[in-house]
Amino acid sequence: MTPRRHARLLALAGLALLLFSPPLLLLFDRPAVYGLSWLPLYLFLAWAGVIGVAAWLLERPDSERREEPRRHEK
Amino acid sequence: MRSDAVVLAVAFGYLALLFVIAAWADRRAEQGRSLIGSPTVYALSIAVYCTAWTFYGSVGRAAEYGPSFLLIYLGPTLVMLVGPMLIRKMVRIARAQRITSIADFISARYGKSDGLGALVALIALLGITPYIALQLKAITLSHAILTQYPAPAAETLVDAGFWTDKSFWVALVLAVFIILFGTRHLDASERHEGMVAAIAFESLVKLVAFLAVGMFTLFMLYDGPGDLFARAAAHPELAQALSLERVPGGALGWVGMLVLATLAFLTLPRQFQVLVVENVDEGHIRRASWLFPLYLLVINLFVIPVALAGVLLGDTALSPDSFVLTLPLAAGLDGLPLLVFIGGLSAATGMMIVETIALSTMVSNHLVMPLLLRSSRMRPGSRLARGRGELTGWLLGIRRVAIVLILLLGYLYHALIGDAYSLVTIGLVSFAAAAQFAPAMLVGLYWRGATRSGAACALIAGIMVWAYTLLLPGFAQSGWLDMALLSDGPAGIRWLRPYALFGLEGWDIYTHSLFWSLLANIGALIGVSLFTRQSRLEQTQAALFTEALHSELIHRTPLWQGQTTQGELRELLSRYLGTPATLRVLAEEEHQTGDADAARPASPTLVARAERALAGALGNASARVLINSVVRGEALDLDAVLSILDTTSQTLEYNRRLKQKSQELTTISEELRAANERLRELDRLKDEFVAMVSHELRTPLTSIRAFAEILRDSHGLPEEKRRHFLDVVVHESQRLSRLIEEILDLARLESGRLTLHPERLDLATLARRGVDAVQRVQEERGVQLEVKIPDSPAMVIGDPDRLEQVIINLLDNASKFAADEDGRVRLALERHKRHYRLSVEDNGPGIGEDDRERVFEKFHQLERQGESDAPARGRPRGSGLGLPISRGIVAHLGGRLWVEEAPTLGGACLIMELPQAPAEAAALGAAASGDE
Repeated sequence: MTPRRHARLLALAGLALLLFSPPLLLLFDRPAVYGLSWLPLYLFLAWAGVIGVAAWLLERPDSERREEPRRHEK
Repeated sequence: MRSDAVVLAVAFGYLALLFVIAAWADRRAEQGRSLIGSPTVYALSIAVYCTAWTFYGSVGRAAEYGPSFLLIYLGPTLVMLVGPMLIRKMVRIARAQRITSIADFISARYGKSDGLGALVALIALLGITPYIALQLKAITLSHAILTQYPAPAAETLVDAGFWTDKSFWVALVLAVFIILFGTRHLDASERHEGMVAAIAFESLVKLVAFLAVGMFTLFMLYDGPGDLFARAAAHPELAQALSLERVPGGALGWVGMLVLATLAFLTLPRQFQVLVVENVDEGHIRRASWLFPLYLLVINLFVIPVALAGVLLGDTALSPDSFVLTLPLAAGLDGLPLLVFIGGLSAATGMMIVETIALSTMVSNHLVMPLLLRSSRMRPGSRLARGRGELTGWLLGIRRVAIVLILLLGYLYHALIGDAYSLVTIGLVSFAAAAQFAPAMLVGLYWRGATRSGAACALIAGIMVWAYTLLLPGFAQSGWLDMALLSDGPAGIRWLRPYALFGLEGWDIYTHSLFWSLLANIGALIGVSLFTRQSRLEQTQAALFTEALHSELIHRTPLWQGQTTQGELRELLSRYLGTPATLRVLAEEEHQTGDADAARPASPTLVARAERALAGALGNASARVLINSVVRGEALDLDAVLSILDTTSQTLEYNRRLKQKSQELTTISEELRAANERLRELDRLKDEFVAMVSHELRTPLTSIRAFAEILRDSHGLPEEKRRHFLDVVVHESQRLSRLIEEILDLARLESGRLTLHPERLDLATLARRGVDAVQRVQEERGVQLEVKIPDSPAMVIGDPDRLEQVIINLLDNASKFAADEDGRVRLALERHKRHYRLSVEDNGPGIGEDDRERVFEKFHQLERQGESDAPARGRPRGSGLGLPISRGIVAHLGGRLWVEEAPTLGGACLIMELPQAPAEAAALGAAASGDE
């Protein structure tokens, strides 16, 4: 794990915390077409988004490790 | 299908399957082909977080309190996102120090204190036993509903004996399972392969079961989500069901619950067990960091639909906690409810298995062992301590008894008190108790200054506030205490009311309790730590914990100074670990020294290894006591450890900075080298240029002088010849002045003193004029000129004289490099987007990729193949200044000039691109400003 990846993960965790707590939450606490609140839908979508980004960050090959030598060549 | 016999057969059949899986996994592990060595299994084992509380309680919570049930899963998601940093650190520490449980972890961090370990174990026992009871309650309830539906599940427990309660037997079977697969090794820091495999399997079962109910509800009871949500919206009771209003405590309650779930996920003993102790490979954390949150997301997908459908069903659905079961039951199904029951059973048993192992390890290592070690009978030195290996049996026996007792305690709690609470209440009260470990653990991981006294005060203060604000009121509500405690406070002191401490009203009870307990907890930790001193062992441990990710070196450095013999060590180990384990520990040493002399002094490495082996079995605190009992003198050279730790972290920092500096230096030196090379090249070109210029200047001068001398000296020359000579002189002086003009142009371009007179002009006309000017010369050279200029005007802004000079130069240049036989040059003008492009190509050898930019360098001359015969064809060599000058002029006019592969003739192609002149009015302005 490179420091840059750590920083990205930390930022993502911060974003997730922001998305999962008020006041952003209150924006979506409104009745939808059917009269039920949008809130759960928003939560699930934000949650899935965060997981998706985390998976992308963690599963792609360690880009830095490959970029590092290239930068040295210059 | 739902008869008691079938249900029992399926339930116990399922438990039997768990035994088979665990046994198989253990067998595989012995063969060295571990089943659990995969990140997916690791993620699934973490899913032991989803207990019966998730399985039944989430729906109940969603029905009553809207979306707040999600918080229990969003918290762990946050933790897992930082898992690659936080959990990795914990795993690394646990591996280095052979940590066996969260009690061991906290005790080890604060100087291997046995008091702290015991405190954590006690709190865990107090807080978590109700949680185990909750699982048993879920099993009893679900079984009752399954067999008695549609009659409401009668609480058979009170009337009938415990032997008719199925959960009692489940608890017994689990006790056997845990004893079989949870206490195989004495070393509790070793992985329980069979158990983890079974847990992972259970996680799959509960997921499948819950998804099955969800699909059934959404697509068989209703026509998809649209139908269900439309009907729910029409239902008056459900209009606000999903909004934040339903969440107890509103926005504040929301945040409180999120914090609670985040902390509890890390500190629940079973989560610590699967996350840290059972982790096989640090690398697995990476995959689990997103896979486990994904699992949580998927298992929660259908909670809301099921809850809505349950409420819509009305009274036949019984209590919200049982919607998962009653929905398929009400639809008259037989198979699905059974699957749901098994799912709930798997969720409950998974939790009980891991929790019981974790708790039993804590109880044996931190409550019982320290007491035994203190009693003189067990002291290693005492004469009463009998034959070797005997204590091994004792240790495992203690752990096994602890397992049975913990499960029994859970069962008693369930049977006697459990009915007073709903599922959710018990779960959250347990969460709040476990959250009290978080400050001591997390702050201790990152702040070296946290002291043992601070941690002890923090834990005590936190758990006292917890007990006062959550546990006592719970007792009051169950009817064992006067309800006046809640309404009027103890002895009528209103500001001490447990649910509104110091008058803090309007909060939900969990946020309220969490706030006060964490305030006391963290406050005590920091406050007391700042005013107490750490012992040296504490300092060392604190440094080892906080620097865990950097100080691998430390763990390999033996720093023991005390004296002991191999014989004494062997005796100690074999008494507590048994002969085989002792032999393993000692084997390496004997292998190295070649003999096993009992009187030989033990090496520092051996002593360290012995302590680690003991720590894995007995916990760090007891291991330390035991080692100190045989090692004379100061066992561990703590000052040395500390100084090494400090040096290590400093060295690391210096190292990092040095690396950075050297990297910068490398870059700079490379840049310098490149600049140097470039300068040399320029210098070389300049030398060549000077040589070339003097040569070029001398050639016309020489011939002018020669002819002038002939004219001066020979008087009898015929008129015709004289005239010819004079022509040559004139021609050569013209060439000379043109060369000088070029050099001057270049000098002006270089210094930026070249004055241009831009005006609106037609490039097409200009190109034709240029062609006319060179046509005759070209023909003389035997070069055929093709021209392709459109009839429409091509208006650009430019200096007509200079542009003509450029065009002539390009044509001249092309004809010089055209093929010797049948030389051809082609000039084309065309519009390209908002620019005009004038291209001049030839059918010569072309210009190589590498040389394409270099032809624009001043003083650069291309080596032309067959140079020697060029003058014969009457094609003069260029001065090497034409192209640089042309490019300078074009650039001044806002255009570009570059070389490409010739598209039609195959040689080189020079392209001049000039921007299209703007409309009339703007053109004037541009011309005016360009004039400056």
